[in-house]
Amino acid sequence: MATPRIRFERVSKSFGTLQVVKDLSLDIERGEFVSLLGPSGSGKTTLLMMAAGFENPTGGSIFLDGRRIDHLPPYRREMGVVFQNYALFPHMSVADNIAFPLKMRGIGRSEIEGRVKRALDMVQLSAMSSRKPAQLSGGQQQRVALARALVFEPAVVLMDEPLGALDKQLREQMQLDIRALHKRLELTVVFVTHDQAEALTMSDRIAVFNHGNIEQIGSPRDIYDRPQTRVVAEFIGETNLIEGTVTATGKTGASVELADGRHLIVSGSGSLSVGSRVHISVRPERISLAARGTGSATNALPTKILDSVYQGDHLRVQLDHDAFRFIVRTDRRSAEWAAGADVVAHFAPDDCWVIAA
Amino acid sequence: MSAFRQSIGTFALVLPLTLFLGVFFIWPLLTVLEQAVSDPVVSQNLPRTTAAISTWNRNSEPSDEMQIALVEDLKSIDDDQNLGEVVRRLNSAQPGFRTLMRKTVAAVEGSAEPTKLGEVDSRWNDPSFWRAIAEATYPYTDRNLLAAVDLQHDASGAIVAMPAGESANQAILLRTFTVAAVVTVATCLIGLPYAMLIAASSGWRRQLLLVAVLLPLWTSLLVRTAAWYILLQDKGLINSFLMSLGLFSDPLPLLFNRTGVIIAMTHVLLPFMVLPIYSVLIAIPRNLMPAAASLGARPIRAFLQILLPLTLRGIASGGLLVFMAALGYYITPALIGGPKDQMISSVIAFYATGSANWGMAGALGIVLLAATIVFYGVYGRLSTKTAGA
Repeated sequence: MATPRIRFERVSKSFGTLQVVKDLSLDIERGEFVSLLGPSGSGKTTLLMMAAGFENPTGGSIFLDGRRIDHLPPYRREMGVVFQNYALFPHMSVADNIAFPLKMRGIGRSEIEGRVKRALDMVQLSAMSSRKPAQLSGGQQQRVALARALVFEPAVVLMDEPLGALDKQLREQMQLDIRALHKRLELTVVFVTHDQAEALTMSDRIAVFNHGNIEQIGSPRDIYDRPQTRVVAEFIGETNLIEGTVTATGKTGASVELADGRHLIVSGSGSLSVGSRVHISVRPERISLAARGTGSATNALPTKILDSVYQGDHLRVQLDHDAFRFIVRTDRRSAEWAAGADVVAHFAPDDCWVIAA
Repeated sequence: MSAFRQSIGTFALVLPLTLFLGVFFIWPLLTVLEQAVSDPVVSQNLPRTTAAISTWNRNSEPSDEMQIALVEDLKSIDDDQNLGEVVRRLNSAQPGFRTLMRKTVAAVEGSAEPTKLGEVDSRWNDPSFWRAIAEATYPYTDRNLLAAVDLQHDASGAIVAMPAGESANQAILLRTFTVAAVVTVATCLIGLPYAMLIAASSGWRRQLLLVAVLLPLWTSLLVRTAAWYILLQDKGLINSFLMSLGLFSDPLPLLFNRTGVIIAMTHVLLPFMVLPIYSVLIAIPRNLMPAAASLGARPIRAFLQILLPLTLRGIASGGLLVFMAALGYYITPALIGGPKDQMISSVIAFYATGSANWGMAGALGIVLLAATIVFYGVYGRLSTKTAGA
């Protein structure tokens, strides 16, 4: 396997007694889009800042194309950084902002002009080149920041929650734009976000951070469908976690006994052993509702509807099963799921994902 | 109706300030201006002459009415002090008036009948003496303003430079501006890094650094200057420290010279440079310098191209504050400086309290004010240009 573009090797970082990043290793391949996803304070931004050179690791090393870089000052790292609040230079025009990294590299004036023009075309801001950042909208400023971080063709592009300040619609558009740029220019991108939907949309791989370490790393599909830990299951998307004990295992699945004595059948038992405590994760959209007395016998839980909220494209139903609350997403046209109704919730064994407790 | 009531309310709110400014600022300013240009001595004490001379063409023989009027006026002045002021005023315009007037007054008081003045003294036939009276009858004059910048009228009325050695106002004004400029540069050189240090620190360190700047503002200017007086002495703290290091065998002359004045003024005015720069610095987004570094700018270039241009507004307003305050400094040069370091304020103080020449004090004040306004105008033009560019 080729040398990874960027490698974090047992990197740790402490601020005083607080350890923010703990003995973390991560390889990012050339042309890969990796999201660092996690709640605030989980160490993802600190890791990015160490890659950029704004923070020094207290332990471990960072390599770029096999060359150790953690002792280099930021201005010698060849990393394009896109900051949360854009960090555009307010006293310079859009064109001057984009030309800045080229000027710093002593590139000739005519070449700068051409590259700035191409960068502006790339983010569709050619008409704005002589404006000051303050005269642009948030989305336009973000695109300038992006053009500025890309124009000098850095080895890696580091983005620190770059879309956090934009409204939802613009954010979704920018996600697709950045993804398209990544594909077209074959950029290596490290993208910090706390928005799991954003990470799912954009990434080749997602690294889920928790308490200074990587809880799980994998493709969006892996992370969403096969969370390895409870933290990942709860952080990525919405899920229902049901606690139980494995009572039997077979070729196609396992039987899990719940606290109330009922049994659920789950598929893909894998390495489960009889007697182990597990959590069963069932996504809200995988649960279907039926009136009492109908529906299949497997994995059917009789419950009562606590609340039912119309959400536009779906109906969000809250169920109460012996003090355990289920969240179900169901067809918005179903009028019969009103609060107080007695129903049966059921889900296929294939839709149950088992996590070791 | 409600809009009208609202505007009445607004007016009522600004009324106290307007009155305050009017009574304690605008009116005194106008009074000073009036003092600087008023010249009422002759017109008040020689009212008949003033009336009679107004129709005279300034070249012909002095008319009989003028002579009669002057004699009447001289007879009716019974206050010797007033007569003395008139003589002094006329003599300063036309030398020879002192003896002429003494002779004339003696002659006039002796006779009952109005006299032909030409018979008393032949100089009264010379129109230039009458011209001097005619000039002096205007209640306003530019003599003080001209004298404030070492200019005067010659006998023909043209504006010429005063003979060398008669007045040093130009030199003192130049010295004032030079000292103010040097102090401004010095406060900037010290204040900019210091303000950057405050902006970069946080928590109790920032508080401590800020208090260190603000503390001098809480003590009286006189106390701070007196402290420098002690520190800068030949056997003061600074000299004894430098000599104990063996750097110098003789004490550095720091007191009663320009160096001491500039050191003390720089210290006293430092807060006015540090605070505006600091307030601009903390408003600069913190991630601009990291951004510049990530884009390949070394610290020096990032400072010159990003931080410095963004701080310029603070430096400009700090510089303006320091420069203007330094122009009017009086106590510090008076206590720390030697005779060659006195600034324009001490000259104003001399005229105002030393020689009771309110006209000259006012005129110098006006010149200083005008120069300051010009500087402020230039600053305003430059700052709007930078902000708009």
